[in-house]
Amino acid sequence: MKYLDEYRDPALARRLVAEIRRSATRPWVLMEICGGQTHTLVKYGIEELVGPRVELVHGPGCPVCVTPLGIIDQAIAIASNPKVIFVSFGDMLRVPGSRSDLFQVKAAGGDVRIAYSPMDAVSLARENPQRAVVFFAVGFETTAPANATAVWQAKREGLQNFSMLASHVLVPPAIRLLLESGSNRVQGFIAPGHVCTVMGYREYEELAARYRMPFVVGGFEPLDLLEAILMLVRQLEEGRAQVENQYGRSVNRDGNKAARRRMMEVFAVTDRNWRGIGPIAGSGLCLRPEYAAFDAGRIFGVEAIAAPEPPECISALVLKGLKKPVDCPVFGTRCTPGAPLGAPMVSSEGACAAYYRYRRHTVLAGG
Amino acid sequence: MSGPIQFTCPLPPAAKDRIVLGHGSGGKLSADLLRDVFLPFFPSPILHRLEDQAVFEIGGARLAFTTDSFVVKPLFFRGGDIGSLAVHGTVNDLAMGGATPLYLSAGFILEEGLEIEVLRRVAESMGRAAGAIPIEIVTGDTKVVEKGSGDGLFVNTSGIGLVPEGVRLSPSLVRPGDSILLSGPIGDHGIAILAEREGIRFSTELASDCAPLHGLAAGMLAASRDIHAMRDPTRGGVSSALNEIASRAGVGMIIEESAIPVRDEVRGACELLGLDPLYVANEGKLIAFVAPQAADAVLAAMRRHELGTGAARIGVVTEAPAGLVLLRTPFGTTRIVDMLPGDQLPRIC
Repeated sequence: MKYLDEYRDPALARRLVAEIRRSATRPWVLMEICGGQTHTLVKYGIEELVGPRVELVHGPGCPVCVTPLGIIDQAIAIASNPKVIFVSFGDMLRVPGSRSDLFQVKAAGGDVRIAYSPMDAVSLARENPQRAVVFFAVGFETTAPANATAVWQAKREGLQNFSMLASHVLVPPAIRLLLESGSNRVQGFIAPGHVCTVMGYREYEELAARYRMPFVVGGFEPLDLLEAILMLVRQLEEGRAQVENQYGRSVNRDGNKAARRRMMEVFAVTDRNWRGIGPIAGSGLCLRPEYAAFDAGRIFGVEAIAAPEPPECISALVLKGLKKPVDCPVFGTRCTPGAPLGAPMVSSEGACAAYYRYRRHTVLAGG
Repeated sequence: MSGPIQFTCPLPPAAKDRIVLGHGSGGKLSADLLRDVFLPFFPSPILHRLEDQAVFEIGGARLAFTTDSFVVKPLFFRGGDIGSLAVHGTVNDLAMGGATPLYLSAGFILEEGLEIEVLRRVAESMGRAAGAIPIEIVTGDTKVVEKGSGDGLFVNTSGIGLVPEGVRLSPSLVRPGDSILLSGPIGDHGIAILAEREGIRFSTELASDCAPLHGLAAGMLAASRDIHAMRDPTRGGVSSALNEIASRAGVGMIIEESAIPVRDEVRGACELLGLDPLYVANEGKLIAFVAPQAADAVLAAMRRHELGTGAARIGVVTEAPAGLVLLRTPFGTTRIVDMLPGDQLPRIC
């Protein structure tokens, strides 16, 4: 199938793997940030292929996983309101809040609907003027422009029954936090291709220069990731710390200016709590004051609720790349996707969930 | 920033005290419901075999008995409708036990306000589907619920069939070394329904594979009696069917990704929507577990039948890891193919 098979070609993959193994003369630790990339790496077993000198660790790049508990609880409270049609991307529905999840709200009679596009929520608001339609806007820089456009469109049309619960997060502040933590092991980053499609990669050039850290903007297919790994290994072996772009078919240095303009017209940068990580300054997006009338949190006046934390979860170390999911003593036993104890087990793009889903046979069955 | 980062992990498991759509997915939640709610109160050893059909002996004859309810939305879709699906679904459950289909019941739950013309079209479709098999619809029931208490029309069918002398099919008979055969490309039904529902169009016209499998199954059994089990991978798709059998038989399985037939339209739609064809429903495909020495003959018999022209050998049953299904990627690595944890696409059958 065109545009798919050429990025999954086994013969090309073997050539790249051989080249990675030949190029790596020392051990290197690489991190991908985006959960979509984690998913591909684990699904295709790429870690096994590129070893033993190249170690892949997985970053905090699953927006579903890092959405703070308080906001999930807010979403649940709003979705339980009988006047509300609550619209969300599908993967947010099973993310547990402190007591429930959106699937349970739906089961108890809440009008919770899955959408593939935020514009579907705007259409719903148009078609149901007597109901309040709330869109749950979650994600990195990738989904922010489309979500911004939904609010922008609602404002333009004067739709008073549309609002948004926004919990966007930004990638570069999280990378900065990892690099400044002191215990950092990561020597090179695969930068997130979809985020950079919107944002370009100038921000990563600043990070590369400041921390002497190589970055390669990578795609999401197995061959994209193998090529990105090879480019990182070459930079490291040659002592370079630059930003290179493997994902040229989608990303350029400046990104999508129109998308970014729309995003910053509607959203402003704010501090954000990351589930499993904690507060990161300037790492989120919230609605600008001009759009306050569309802020569901404000309209429904729902407070965030704090919840206790299971002490045995090591997601802190997993998200920093210091431990692998399978190093966790409760991985696959007391912590599973059906009953997650920590953020990375929540969504299918979380590192622990990806390991559980695809690779647990390598640990639980002893090989 | 200096000093250690404060990482927290605030996730108590959510309470699960109500039915969610995932309980109808045929995956893990459905299995949980069966184990926790029904089986404790229904002690029959026949039921506790947990096969797609109950097989028991009466007066020297071995009968297969099964029931299935149909809630598909929309009622009419490319390649079928709720009526033909209700006949084929139950006939296929009989056929997977090796039975020749004989008699069918038809129960209808109708929502107030449903157009009688719609019901007439469904009944006509059921009659046509039953006549083609042939299976006789010999008893039925109709109930009407208030507007808002149903979604137009739900159908239940139960079927009885006769298992021929010497035919014994059961997941518990599956053994390490068995070949895993699949009758054709997967995911057509689920994607056709989704496309209908979401208004997705393809360059070619993808239709549901909804079809009765008794003829194909009979042809295979005529080729060899060394078939250990058959299963039609409906809700939850191929992955759920394989996982159920792996855990029932206490065996492992390894399947080859490159050997599993998937149409381009289905692959494309799955890529776009973030679905995996291994989890998408089929209504006219079967998976057979066949002793290695008989695999070639059975595969040839499948390919001779019009519903098995795309049949393929997709993998092999292994001793370990017991209860797990592994998939070998084209890159030579292996990964787990799990049972669907929740719901991928609700109300596809």
